[in-house]
Amino acid sequence: MALLHTVNKSPYQCNTLESCLQHVGEGDVVLLIEDGVYAAVKGGKASEMLAQAQGVKICALSADVKARGLTGKLMDGIEVVDYGGFVDLVVETDKTQAWL
Amino acid sequence: MSDVKNFLYVNRKAPHGTIYALESLEVVLIGAAFEQDVALAFLDDGVFQLVKGWDTSELGVKNFQPAYTALGDYDISKVYVERESLEERGLTEDDLIEMTYEDEEDDWAEKSSIRIVSREEMAQIMRDADVILSF
Amino acid sequence: MAGPPVMPANNKNTCGVSVKQQLAGDEPVKLGIVVLEGPYQHEAADTAYNFAVAALEKGHEIFRIFFYHDGVNNATRLMVPPQDDRHIQKRWSELAEKHNLDLVVCVAAAQRRGIMDEEEQKRHGKDANNIAPGFRISGLGQLIEAGIQCDRLVFFGD
Repeated sequence: MALLHTVNKSPYQCNTLESCLQHVGEGDVVLLIEDGVYAAVKGGKASEMLAQAQGVKICALSADVKARGLTGKLMDGIEVVDYGGFVDLVVETDKTQAWL
Repeated sequence: MSDVKNFLYVNRKAPHGTIYALESLEVVLIGAAFEQDVALAFLDDGVFQLVKGWDTSELGVKNFQPAYTALGDYDISKVYVERESLEERGLTEDDLIEMTYEDEEDDWAEKSSIRIVSREEMAQIMRDADVILSF
Repeated sequence: MAGPPVMPANNKNTCGVSVKQQLAGDEPVKLGIVVLEGPYQHEAADTAYNFAVAALEKGHEIFRIFFYHDGVNNATRLMVPPQDDRHIQKRWSELAEKHNLDLVVCVAAAQRRGIMDEEEQKRHGKDANNIAPGFRISGLGQLIEAGIQCDRLVFFGD
């Protein structure tokens, strides 16, 4: 029963990502959307948190990455997906929890 | 497939600061009529929704806390509250309102609906739900 | 939750390929979308719209899009954004028309925020209504029904 977790807040403003990562399980996917994508910036404090997430796929929404000028600035291991990829993640997992 | 799904309402926001808590509660109350298997989860700032002793008179907003205590009348008997979220916020179970239901299978004995669960258990509760409503 | 994969009628020629595996990601599902934030203030309305478009392009069914909290403000036809900006309401209305979508605005949330249709206008004795084409006002039960009927329910909010 894999879950898709969406996180839409900057980790520098809000503990949403931290809380999300404390509730993920093996095989889950975390999708960073909207201001959530700031967590994946290479060298940022929050990227360490993401690097420690074991057995969890971390994705970031391309539209939000591009809009914020973060192309090429993301840490390794982040899969960048477009809206179609977002839809696929929703379908491939059993359900979605939005960490609003 | 059974017609009954496990609905889990995930409440992560404090009351009053935004309308999320109130309008989530309104969904729960309406949803109760649909005869689904309903559970409520309170974690992160959502635990503040259950802190007793609200006085909203000076704020000028209706006190909707009594609606939480009435949930037992709507056959809602599973209210999961995350222990770590409470502890991080300096709260214990004693700070929470009473929420009870009458157990049909135990001669209608009145029991507490609140179940304090660990973060790990909360993660599992989310995985076990059929439908998650995120507020 | 989703039933067993349904084999499409035209799978006869996919010899040698594991059909079930191939379909796992492509199998159409029934989606419910919940929008909890209003237009322009939060990105949620944009994310939800772009998600909906992508889902339709992929051949999935959108059972219902439910507007709740400030999300009901997506439904006012009175918004007039600058010409070089996206028109969030029109975008929803056009998508609904094109794909015959069910855009439902929660009545309780709508009443609080002054979103009304003609019927609500009469009922409350107001001098105007503002609901946009393609949207309809209904109860919270529509959200629960979406939870029951849909294979997946996705929330967009703040």
